[in-house]
Amino acid sequence: MTYPLPIIAEAMLNGLLTGAVYALVALGLTLVYGVLHIINFAHGALLTSAMFAVWAIHAFLGVDPYLAILPLTPLFFALGYGLQRYVIGPASHGDDGNILLVTLGLAIIIENGLLALFRSDTRSLATDYSFQVVELGPLLLSQARLYGFAGALAVTILLWLLLARTDIGKAIRAVAKEKLGAALVGIDVRHVYAVTFGIGCATLAIAACLLMPTFYVNPRVGGAFVLVAFTIVVLGGMGSIPGALAGGLVIGVVESLCGLFLGESLGQIGIFIIFILVLLFRPTGLFGARA
Amino acid sequence: MTRHTALWIALLLAAIAVAPLLTASNAALNFIVFVLIIALAAQGWNLLGGVAGQSSFGHAAFFGTGAYVSALLQLRFGVNAWAGLAAGIAMGALVGWVIGFLSFRAGLRGSYFALVTLAFAEVLRILANAMGFTGGAAGLLLKLDLGFANLQFSSRAQFLWLALGFVALGLIISLRIAATRFGAQLVAVRENEDAAKALGVDVLSVKLRAIAISGAMTAAAGVLYLQYFLYIDAQIAYGVWISVEALLAAMVGGRGLVLGPIIGAFTLHGLGEATKAFAGRVPGIDLMVYGGVLVLVVAFAPGGVLGLLAKLRPKSRRSGETA
Repeated sequence: MTYPLPIIAEAMLNGLLTGAVYALVALGLTLVYGVLHIINFAHGALLTSAMFAVWAIHAFLGVDPYLAILPLTPLFFALGYGLQRYVIGPASHGDDGNILLVTLGLAIIIENGLLALFRSDTRSLATDYSFQVVELGPLLLSQARLYGFAGALAVTILLWLLLARTDIGKAIRAVAKEKLGAALVGIDVRHVYAVTFGIGCATLAIAACLLMPTFYVNPRVGGAFVLVAFTIVVLGGMGSIPGALAGGLVIGVVESLCGLFLGESLGQIGIFIIFILVLLFRPTGLFGARA
Repeated sequence: MTRHTALWIALLLAAIAVAPLLTASNAALNFIVFVLIIALAAQGWNLLGGVAGQSSFGHAAFFGTGAYVSALLQLRFGVNAWAGLAAGIAMGALVGWVIGFLSFRAGLRGSYFALVTLAFAEVLRILANAMGFTGGAAGLLLKLDLGFANLQFSSRAQFLWLALGFVALGLIISLRIAATRFGAQLVAVRENEDAAKALGVDVLSVKLRAIAISGAMTAAAGVLYLQYFLYIDAQIAYGVWISVEALLAAMVGGRGLVLGPIIGAFTLHGLGEATKAFAGRVPGIDLMVYGGVLVLVVAFAPGGVLGLLAKLRPKSRRSGETA
């Protein structure tokens, strides 16, 4: 099958735009993995609840989704902090396998709680810029998705600065490298774990705000993102922030091109095949240094 | 196995077997058949995830393979349903072996193994959903043709006994394995893989045998599902739900214990039904309970329901022991 070049170029650019938001979703996952060494299965369900939150405050209070970043980011930080400190941490007794199961349990609870609350209807919100496009030569790009791209890059840079330049960032990196050593120099490891989990959830809130102008939400939507996010995290190297960004962009383009060439129903298969191949042959990822 | 355990198992199976004689309610019998199918899938999970300690998040890969292989053989090639059952089980074992070969040889453990099994199941789901040969998104419908030869029964009771027979067979296999050297090696791999290797256990081969038997058991559950409901699609056969059900039942009943999957499946679905009866027709409410139970089990009762029951037994006779 052959397509004219502009169509392929448009697909690739759209893939990059989607990929940046994927990267943002993966950012929290990779940060939590890098520090707590756990895979957070509830990540997708938490994203879904953030998306519902964006939808709800738009539908009931008329708050613009981009403006919703301001209240939702601290709210989800607090939610994540509480979850890790008071539920996941105590329930799992520090065992990795247990954490996987506890977060799976949380994912089931949140997802079905949303189902009970909002039923399985798919909802989206209409803003006046949802369908605005920007012309770039022969290409048409969605304005809202360009905002999403810019926002995702900005958050990635901010997060990187937070980790590199602040005291709490230093503490997080210390705990990630050597938990016991960090505890010995007076870092409250449980607090740092919870802060890290909180940051992971806060990035999800921002991702939800950037997504909602062009995307839809239903109780199962997080599942579609979470496997993509896992793939990005594995591809970029578990725990690596630049890796998550690069992985996200790559996966966005791959998905877009697979969708173009293989059709809607087979499109996602490219992602899973990459996922399996990377896990089997290079489980440290393309950017990861640690095993 | 002590005579005590054997007695409990016999009592449990007998209690389920006489259920159709006590009630003619279709809803009750449907419930038991469905729970038995879940229990069988969970027995497969338990061998790999419980006994051998390799938690899979993708047992749907086996469940779906059993169901699809049998359905396709019957629909596309006119093969007999019993032969379809055998082929489905064999393919389940083969798919298990292949997934195991690829991922265990690559050294994947813990979370990585869980993720890769999930991905394999998803690939199969997408393929089954996209290909015309497998019926695409419309799924596959078996022709209603009642008769023992077609593995279709007019009475729910007969199907219940068939499913119970499979669960009993699963129990016997699990018990046999626990009594052999192979069973001890599985536990050794779970407790400390490196130590097991140092003691001369061929870890890869032990894990491969475990995942193949595990895949076969869960595939058998998939075939039973097909024969009972006579319909499958990609979401049913390869969906995440069955991977989660298999894991949950085994975890809640008592991870690694032979009776765990059966106890867990009945406990969970009993709770689910009770919640639905209590809370009315709110969608997802029963699943919320499952998630909650999983968290509670991990937090407070790592031995599951059976572990709790064991704690309740009086320990007076052991008071003389200090160890």
